[in-house]
Amino acid sequence: MKGKESMRVGGFTIRPQIVLLGIAFLALVIYPWVLTNPFPRHLMIMLLLYAMMGLGWNILGGFAGQISVGHGIYFGLGAYTSTMLLMKLGITPWVGMLGGVLVAELAALVVGYACFRLGGRYFSMATLVIGEIGRIVFTNFGWVGGAVGLFLPVLEESFINFQFHASKIPYYYIILAFTVLAIVTTYVITKTRLGYYFRAVRDDPDAARSLGIDITMYKLIALGISVFFTAIGGSFYAQYILFIDPISTMNFMISLTITLLVVLGGMGTLWGPIIGAFVLIPITELTRVYWGGAGRAIDLVIYGALIVLIAIYQPQGLVAMVERYRRKLRNGSTVRSN
Amino acid sequence: MAPQVILQAAVSGLLLGLIFSLISVGLALIWGVMGFINFAHADFMMLSMYLAFWLFTLYGIDPVFSLPVAAVLSFILGVLVYRLIVSRVVGASIVVQLFVTFGLMIFLRGSAQFLWSPDYRQIPETLVSGRLQIFGVYIGIPQLLAGAGALVVDAILYWFIQKTETGRALRAVAEDKLAASLMGIPSERMYALAWGIGVGGAGLAGALISTYYYIYPDVGSVFGLIALTIVAMAFGNILVTFIASIATGLVISLGGIIIGPALKYAVVFLVFLAVLLLRRTKE
Repeated sequence: MKGKESMRVGGFTIRPQIVLLGIAFLALVIYPWVLTNPFPRHLMIMLLLYAMMGLGWNILGGFAGQISVGHGIYFGLGAYTSTMLLMKLGITPWVGMLGGVLVAELAALVVGYACFRLGGRYFSMATLVIGEIGRIVFTNFGWVGGAVGLFLPVLEESFINFQFHASKIPYYYIILAFTVLAIVTTYVITKTRLGYYFRAVRDDPDAARSLGIDITMYKLIALGISVFFTAIGGSFYAQYILFIDPISTMNFMISLTITLLVVLGGMGTLWGPIIGAFVLIPITELTRVYWGGAGRAIDLVIYGALIVLIAIYQPQGLVAMVERYRRKLRNGSTVRSN
Repeated sequence: MAPQVILQAAVSGLLLGLIFSLISVGLALIWGVMGFINFAHADFMMLSMYLAFWLFTLYGIDPVFSLPVAAVLSFILGVLVYRLIVSRVVGASIVVQLFVTFGLMIFLRGSAQFLWSPDYRQIPETLVSGRLQIFGVYIGIPQLLAGAGALVVDAILYWFIQKTETGRALRAVAEDKLAASLMGIPSERMYALAWGIGVGGAGLAGALISTYYYIYPDVGSVFGLIALTIVAMAFGNILVTFIASIATGLVISLGGIIIGPALKYAVVFLVFLAVLLLRRTKE
């Protein structure tokens, strides 16, 4: 199959997928210069932010099969750590971002070590409840602004300050770079032994254990990678919006959205989270902008109905749907050629 | 701390626990019979609170008389939700089960906010307004009647599940679906019944607390998560669920005066985590 679809150019094998990928990447690079209005740029920044976090979550939920519905807490820890380091100590958000990763990873280590012994739905419930505890604690923690939240100090526009006021384009390229990093990380995992271990842990933990795989360790590694991207997302969000509070950073809806876009796109696939983000985030952002105003929650009605419909009709994700379609097409063409 | 204050908190906690028990027992039934986690459970309670509110506001019907209406409508709603939505994802992966009810939860809250605005509402004066003073402890009559009502319904439910033929069939499906179906018990019907009873219980709880509790679209968020932690701690066992509900009510009420009202739910969640981790639940 590989030989049939590839094209040889000057000794290099070029597959159509690579060409498509190149075109898609190029489109993403020139996107903010083509669509110059603030809203499409903002939409794409949010989309890439969620795609990156979805890619991270996919490694834990999709590959290693651990359904965390409390990743909002790591998003919040990332946002709060970099913000506090900036506000109290004047440390650049880039270092703050690493600090956020560190704090979130430590929290994840405790959570993972305690909760990975729980099976299936109990693990999911535990992560949800831990996320709620995080939100309650931060809402009542005056030192970090409590329920009122924190306005980040507006600094001079520069890369080192991680603030850009005249144009949002630098934010766009920063989050694009992180998204590419998440894609590369996922790709490397699928191609290396780590990916096989993750899937073994997911599909048959007993067999994996009998082969000498340290299940808890591999779950922790998967959690660590996913939390890395979630915490980065939190710090990025804080620098981008310049305001954080428990509702916007530790909300259950954040955990849910990250998880949902992966389910929608296709769990355990490389492109699932990206496709999921491209479908879900514009729908949620657009419904919120057009119908979410003035306390009227029609956007939530649509979002909720959408989740139910996805769960019922497309539980395998869009990637699986496309695969099915392609297989049908291919089978159809073989029949014809015969 | 004065013993009077602690006694007062304990009584409030007990009455709160009884309300939790009515919500949780139905949830435990659904969990036990079909192993399904329902995150939207307390949002059915919210719908029933609005039902009582509108019956009162538009037609002057006292919440006390709304109780049977709420119970019947909630039962029907539960069966409908099972038939239209849940039955399509029976046996699906955990992710799908989680998302169906997450979606339902957001849909119901969004709909309530869309239709009736996010305002906090209250039924100002009901047949059962007022309060008693016993040994220096104040007890609101609505709270007392709601607690008593919950207790009665719990007892009826327990009798139904333990003693009747249908109850035995429900338990048989919970125990072993395949064996039950070989005995001629239609598991589909039993699932629908569990949803009817479960949502019916939540609806009754909603109508009962509508006499004194604030009514708003997100009212189910706290009740729902707490009911789920109760049921998860009790592993779907009805009697343990009842005891855990009372204990949770007491923890919230006493935790509220000892640690502070803002953190009382965090205490419940910590207890839940501790129970889960100590029991090392695999499933």
